[in-house]
Amino acid sequence: MALFGYIPRNSQVHRLTGATKLIFTLALSIAAMITFDTRFIAFVIALSIILFAISKVRLSELKAVLVFITIFLVINNVAIFLFAPEHGVMIYGTRHELLRISGRYALTYEQLFYQLNVTLKYFAIVPVALIFFLTTEPGEFASSLNTIKVHYKIAFAVSLAMRYIPDVQRSFREISQAQQARGVDISKKASLKARVGGILTILFPLVFSSLDKIEMISNAMELRGFGRLKRRTWYSARAFSKWDFAVITVSLLCVGLSVLTLIVNGGRFYNPFTNPF
Amino acid sequence: MNFNIKRIVATAIGAAVFFLLARFVSIPIFANTNLTLQYAVLGFFAAVFGPIVGLLIGLIGHALTDLAFGWGIWWSWVIASAVVGLLAGFIMKAGKVEDGIFGKIDAVRFVIGSLIVHAVSWGVVAPCLDILIYAEPADKVFVQGLIAGAGNFVFTAIVGTLLLLGYSKTRVKPESLE
Repeated sequence: MALFGYIPRNSQVHRLTGATKLIFTLALSIAAMITFDTRFIAFVIALSIILFAISKVRLSELKAVLVFITIFLVINNVAIFLFAPEHGVMIYGTRHELLRISGRYALTYEQLFYQLNVTLKYFAIVPVALIFFLTTEPGEFASSLNTIKVHYKIAFAVSLAMRYIPDVQRSFREISQAQQARGVDISKKASLKARVGGILTILFPLVFSSLDKIEMISNAMELRGFGRLKRRTWYSARAFSKWDFAVITVSLLCVGLSVLTLIVNGGRFYNPFTNPF
Repeated sequence: MNFNIKRIVATAIGAAVFFLLARFVSIPIFANTNLTLQYAVLGFFAAVFGPIVGLLIGLIGHALTDLAFGWGIWWSWVIASAVVGLLAGFIMKAGKVEDGIFGKIDAVRFVIGSLIVHAVSWGVVAPCLDILIYAEPADKVFVQGLIAGAGNFVFTAIVGTLLLLGYSKTRVKPESLE
């Protein structure tokens, strides 16, 4: 099973260095997190749609993820409404009732607008992160982290983690099958208690075999002199092109623009109820 | 405490195990909240290898999980996981479990310590960041945080203690030849 679905294609997005895409993703996430300005968030969504078109990733390849996100958002929106039906009214300071439901539940324009913003914000952040992952080779990820000044030992730990996920997954499957052969049931048919107990009989061997792996890998790294120097180079590192600089500039501008909306709106929310266009 | 090779590798393998448990072994209980075992393993690794390894396992493991699920990184909870790892690393004395010492008092200390750690992370850090970053309603995030925190604590207390006990039995005590 592919965990990080890197899709090799020949597109301008693929040709950007991993570091550039990482900066772009982080900058846009931060920018979209700072503000609740609907216009700015719509702009970020437009930007990620353009990016998506350039990246040559097909919509069908994202289908499973998109369905998942939609379910997540529906649940989240329902939960927000159930817990705080007047949250929008509190934020925007006005109350325009649209539909009375019952008791403390009434649909207001303010609540709808607030939840629209929460949803849009989500759609602004997710596709960018997704495109980053689909178009960056996993091996390049560690060098990208190191480029943005994360210490190489931590960057290496990240790439080692990604390298060993399939291994740990394989041990998990092997142990799980061995336990199932002994009659341990972890399927949905078993009761909750039996399932938890069953999972524990897999967890213990998994953790202890992982500890053996730690000994083995750290000895191998020590023998090869890992960590002796203050810096290291990366096999997959690439030089920045003019496109990289252009994208980084756009990323920084987005963060700037996001901060600007805070000043213009006098807060994190763009309020169409008290000051229309 | 230095970040030596063994700690780097422990971080990586710990994050991989955390990821696996979070991604494939979960039982859904509440709106976008799952009951999972990864925090037991996080507590165990933090207790054995210390706060820095704990912090990084929480950070890397949770960030990779969010990315693999495809829902983008939900920073407030990723940071809360990192805080769990960091604080859990301070519960046990450094290197004690590795020397094969884990008695009744240590177990009690681990359980009470975990209770504090999870109360702080899911009762305070995660909801406050949710409100700060995503401006979500307070009631919702506190209920979500408390439910997740309670589940995480129960598993950490039971499974984490058993893991520590099992691990300490496999270690050779420093004065075992005397």
